[in-house]
Amino acid sequence: MNAQLQPTGSAYFIAKETEKPENHTLSVLVDNEPGVLARVIGLFSGRGYNIESLTVSETEHEKHLSRITIVTRGTPHVLEQIKHQLERIVPVHRVVDLTVRSHESGQERPLERELALVKVAGTGEARVEALRLADAFRASVIDANTEHFIFEITGKGSKIDQFIAIMKPLGLVEICRTGVAALNRGPQAM
Amino acid sequence: MSNGQNERREMTGAEMVVQALKDNGVKHVFGYPGGAVLPIYDEIFQQDDVEHILVRHEQGAGHAAEGYARSTGKAGVMLVTSGPGATNAVTPLQDALMDSIPLVCLTGQVPTSLIGSDAFQECDTVGITRPCTKHNWLVKDVNELAATIHEAFHVATTGRPGPVVVDIPKDVQFARGFYVPPQIAPRTSYQPKVQGDLEKIKAAVELMAGAKKPIIYSGGGVINSGPEASHLLRELVDLTGFPITSTLMGLGAYPASGKNWMGMLGMHGTYEANMAMHDCDVMICIGARFDDRITGRLTAFSPNSKKIHIDIDPSSINKNVHTEVPIIGDVGRVLEDMVRLWRASAKADKKALYPWWEQIAKWRARDSLAYKMNNDVIMPQYAIERLYELTKGMDTYITTEVGQHQMWAAQHYHFEKPNRWMTSGGLGTMGYGLPAALGVQIAHPDALVIDIAGDASVQMTMQEMSAAVQHDAPIKIFILNNQYMGMVRQWQQLLHGNRLSHSYTEAMPDFVKLAEAYGGHGIRCEKPDELDDAIKEMISVRKPVLFDCRVATLANCFPMIPSGKAHNEMLLPDEATDEAVANAIDAKGRELV
Repeated sequence: MNAQLQPTGSAYFIAKETEKPENHTLSVLVDNEPGVLARVIGLFSGRGYNIESLTVSETEHEKHLSRITIVTRGTPHVLEQIKHQLERIVPVHRVVDLTVRSHESGQERPLERELALVKVAGTGEARVEALRLADAFRASVIDANTEHFIFEITGKGSKIDQFIAIMKPLGLVEICRTGVAALNRGPQAM
Repeated sequence: MSNGQNERREMTGAEMVVQALKDNGVKHVFGYPGGAVLPIYDEIFQQDDVEHILVRHEQGAGHAAEGYARSTGKAGVMLVTSGPGATNAVTPLQDALMDSIPLVCLTGQVPTSLIGSDAFQECDTVGITRPCTKHNWLVKDVNELAATIHEAFHVATTGRPGPVVVDIPKDVQFARGFYVPPQIAPRTSYQPKVQGDLEKIKAAVELMAGAKKPIIYSGGGVINSGPEASHLLRELVDLTGFPITSTLMGLGAYPASGKNWMGMLGMHGTYEANMAMHDCDVMICIGARFDDRITGRLTAFSPNSKKIHIDIDPSSINKNVHTEVPIIGDVGRVLEDMVRLWRASAKADKKALYPWWEQIAKWRARDSLAYKMNNDVIMPQYAIERLYELTKGMDTYITTEVGQHQMWAAQHYHFEKPNRWMTSGGLGTMGYGLPAALGVQIAHPDALVIDIAGDASVQMTMQEMSAAVQHDAPIKIFILNNQYMGMVRQWQQLLHGNRLSHSYTEAMPDFVKLAEAYGGHGIRCEKPDELDDAIKEMISVRKPVLFDCRVATLANCFPMIPSGKAHNEMLLPDEATDEAVANAIDAKGRELV
């Protein structure tokens, strides 16, 4: 018996996951009330779901509605569960999987944009190069003195990743990113 | 409910609490006072409409309120103070969440000006209870207090029922504001879907009409939906002639004496129920959630069936098991449509089911709940059987703790009506049964309320005996005393080479003396031939009773689906030799539980 004994895990029955995980962007419309964000992110941590990006802000002031945009990663089965679990939260009005929506209308993915503020410090050649590349990326200078720039850049996450990577050897000091804001194409609301 | 006199009446927050309880039809509150709820207790003192039941520990208040709720179909209400009062409420809140019990928990909080300052008896109640409630509120403005409490009752009792917490700072209890009566203006974000999609129900009826090997698998959702749902379930079974099994939580929705009843399914369910689940071609899951204690190994779960799933909670659908026909709605409403459509369209070809019933009869003949009778020692199964025989004609409610005794009670006590069986299913809370029995007895003062208990579980909330004595609640605590944490020991035998690590209670209290110390009545019984008289004595005493029923110490609970096995790989009692038990679970299964 002893030889066969395995360390007993805490788990119950764990079926092997056969589906492949995908990145999806969810839009969640919620009542803007105390604790609502904690409910949403608590759900993700409590049930072991991933958060790749999270953006939240009040979008309809008179109705006290906030819109939370979450980029999450999971198998289609888990993604469906996430949607249903979010819908159970009392102050949640609506949950739309923008990625699924965009597939339905023949698009590869929803419109997704992110804004980043990127501080680069340096002098001489590196400084000139940073400014030149920022121009190529259509990043604008929002603060500068003789030793640094702060660039504002907007675009897809991949573009910002690339910009940051390029700035690294040119004196990158710090970065602040907003996380993904997303809408679906076309005239309809979520 | 709206009372003209109450329209925008000015009062204190504490008065509002009591007024809101009255306006929501509350007759009993289970609670324990403390600094942060004293103004509310002062209001309770000055009125007679809402009766307060003083418990001995806040966990007891919660389970009592759960028992009250489950036996009446109404919301159970508990009132506790801030800090430790609130944290002690966490176990019953999570218990109610997992078993979908409507529970309204009012907690006191330190004054708003002190929140966040680590004040005496302060804790982040809404933070701590957020994941173990359906919803919770911290009320900072007295003018929102009444509406919040009304909303709390609405959320707790509608849709998939569940626990809610309203956290009320002490200064809000003292402050004056305007009271608003309950009105039906639910927030727009909370609109549970109760009516099932008719097209889906039609598809379900079609699938059912063509079934050769159908099975109905019902659960606690039928009970939660109300007595009408149980009535409709019975009608559906009669019309279709389908066999029916139920989860632990759903016992009583279909009568155990009904001819289509197959007994409970799942880990300790009957052989016939589990085999029929495995071999069926159409499964109709009604208000159950494919819990892991039900399904066994998911990859081998009922491999050849099409599944219909009725549930009010969309997140239950396709969570563990893929469903061909999902129907989201209240069980009662959906069954109403289903019965109507079945009458209108489907012809009940009950003959087509004969071969299926013949197969079921063969499984049934295996007599999977059999046990070896013993003339010298009380077998635990025998104790439940005698308890059932001697109480079945009475107005009886059964609660349980968690463990072997719970499974034996589910197997050998037979339920004819819904709301008669209170047990902790999802969370598996040892210590649930005694306070739950108190709650049931408060709701049904003249009924016979029995907690079928284990010697280990019952000691977790034993202190509520004192509450039962105080409130003249003659609950009967029927302890199957085998000196072990029986289910823990059974798993140690199955999984851990019979090394019984800390599952033996070496210092057992004298339950008879304990009963007497509390002011109750104690009975001990050690011989099978004395059991009937002892049970009769228990029934006749109009006092809380601790019944120390000494049973065979090493009996185990069978049949059983060992971890990692499928429904058709059950371990049956006559096959459960020591060797079979030791080898029942392979290395892979050992990682499960």
